[in-house]
Amino acid sequence: MSDVIFELKNVKKWFPARRNLGQLLSGERKWIKAVDGVSLKIKRGEIFGLIGESGCGKTTTGKLIMKLMEPSDGQIIFNGEDVTHLDKERLGQYKRNVQMIFQDPYASMNPRFRAVDVLTEPLEIHGIGKSKAEREELAAKALEAVKLTPPEDFLGRYAHMLSGGQRQRLATARTLILSPDFIVADEPVSMIDLSTRAEILHMMKEVQQSMGLTYLYITHDLSTARYFTDRIAVMYLGKIVEMGYADDLIDKAKHPYTKALISAVCEPVSGKVNQSKEVPIKGEIPSAANIPEGCRFHPRCLYAKPECMQGEDPELQEVENGHYVACIRYKEIEEMGTSWR
Amino acid sequence: MERVLDVRNLKVYYFTSKGPVRAVDDISFYINKGETLGVVGESGCGKTTLGTALLNMPTPPGKVVGGEIIIDGTNILELNENQLRKNVRWEKISMVFQGAMNSLTPAYTIEKQMLETLRYHRELDEQEARERIKKYVNLVGLSDDVLKRYPHELSGGMKQRIVIAMALFLEPELVICDEPTTALDVVVQAQIINLLKELKQKLNLSFIFVTHDLATEAEVADRIMVMYAGKIAEIGTNDQIYGEQGPMHPYTSNLLAATPRLHKKVEKLNFIPGSPPDLLNPPAGCRFHLRCPVVMEKCRTEEPPLKEVEKDHYVACWRCYENE
Repeated sequence: MSDVIFELKNVKKWFPARRNLGQLLSGERKWIKAVDGVSLKIKRGEIFGLIGESGCGKTTTGKLIMKLMEPSDGQIIFNGEDVTHLDKERLGQYKRNVQMIFQDPYASMNPRFRAVDVLTEPLEIHGIGKSKAEREELAAKALEAVKLTPPEDFLGRYAHMLSGGQRQRLATARTLILSPDFIVADEPVSMIDLSTRAEILHMMKEVQQSMGLTYLYITHDLSTARYFTDRIAVMYLGKIVEMGYADDLIDKAKHPYTKALISAVCEPVSGKVNQSKEVPIKGEIPSAANIPEGCRFHPRCLYAKPECMQGEDPELQEVENGHYVACIRYKEIEEMGTSWR
Repeated sequence: MERVLDVRNLKVYYFTSKGPVRAVDDISFYINKGETLGVVGESGCGKTTLGTALLNMPTPPGKVVGGEIIIDGTNILELNENQLRKNVRWEKISMVFQGAMNSLTPAYTIEKQMLETLRYHRELDEQEARERIKKYVNLVGLSDDVLKRYPHELSGGMKQRIVIAMALFLEPELVICDEPTTALDVVVQAQIINLLKELKQKLNLSFIFVTHDLATEAEVADRIMVMYAGKIAEIGTNDQIYGEQGPMHPYTSNLLAATPRLHKKVEKLNFIPGSPPDLLNPPAGCRFHLRCPVVMEKCRTEEPPLKEVEKDHYVACWRCYENE
């Protein structure tokens, strides 16, 4: 098996925009380009972070990988096999291997299900385990893996009898029970209290290491991403603008957008009350229905030049070992020094 | 220094069918003119309850059951609803509620909904009212043309600015902001934080900034009040909490160690085992003792009072007085 578990090749997801009568009659079509040509490779056994602001297409990318929707264009390759379009039977097999942890542990579980029902339902659907007793044994094992111990205490509980952190553990157990290779975690800790957030991340990392899993961690939070992931890709308006090893990307950010994001993050250190934060970015994020020409970041970029404003988006190019940037001026900007800080 | 707000022994309970939930239980603090007090704590610690109680409008079934809230020498808990509306709420103390930007009326233009509020409180003719609205909209960094627009035409950051303008235009001395940046993207968050700092200086305002995020608090608050399970765990200046020496209460220091840092590589983040107690039936002694890594025998039975251990630094922890 190759060391690349997932590959996206120029994947796009365009949604049709609502048209007014004039556009309808003239046959004009408009698209909301939620994901607009994403290419990336996720290596087996790594935690890959996908970062961006709301509306940048990170969740849509997660859904495309989960095959909850079909891409408009491009190719998705999983374990060397093209899974862009699958028939029903193969989709079932695929979903055993690729599982998801959702953001809201309060909404992602049936309130009438006990933990044991939550955990055995996927087994029944996929026809795993010969008897109820065997399935329940697997359920107990999954609870042990996520440290909800002793499992007998938790199997009979309903979701409302669990705290937020415990629910997210149960949600993780639910994904593990089918022994998948790949887990998509969409903001798994954003609704969990700070004091227990790290506990959940530790648990997820332990499970990942002991079972050799690969994660796609989707988040807007750069700080947890640096802590939790091996590599990070930054998305802006449906495209990846920068990608690299977590430490490199944050300590040596090259794309002006990544730099702006980093400078906007608050840090719990003293002495900042009386100064305002400098965030080197202009304006607000444009709508995905109306993507600017040229580099899609140029209207907000402080360094944009005429050549940034026309033609195609800049290609994502490797500039250092494993560090990719989609900006034609990244070198010049680097030479200008840290004036953006 | 002049105090704009003095809270003494405030208690707010929610009367549920299972019994009273002691969401805010006997807390005392003050705010000086022109300062920002950060109120920080996890969900369920009573920080939002405190905010609404300061306007003397707790959310039912909540009730203020004791204490004093003194604004301008008057205990506002003794005033009736009419006096509160006329003289206190939005006149002396106003609030930007959590998610308030989503509560703008979708069918009204921004100007119309701002006019309605303003003219309810002030006898201004239309022209004067419009002038005042324009002034405040400009003050929060928006141009006049947003006035003619509907809420759905504005971005989250713009709506948050409008809500802040509405909290300001009756010229209160104190503004309570409940999680004003939580639903916003990081870049917009930074812009709103900058705006609040700017307004504080320009108008010599006092703010209460309620959030669950210690990192945001470090950027905005002159003093920080940490709440845990309906009680104050610690109050300290920005330097005392975030500086070299670090906070004193084990809850604050552990929470700080659980906050991921962007510019510092941490091998293993800290976490606090367990979860906050049920406020229907809070534990005896210190409310944090069940999760505290440095718990002593005394903590299980006796409740630690909030004591000033150094200038402006108040802590409720038996350990911390011992170290004196």
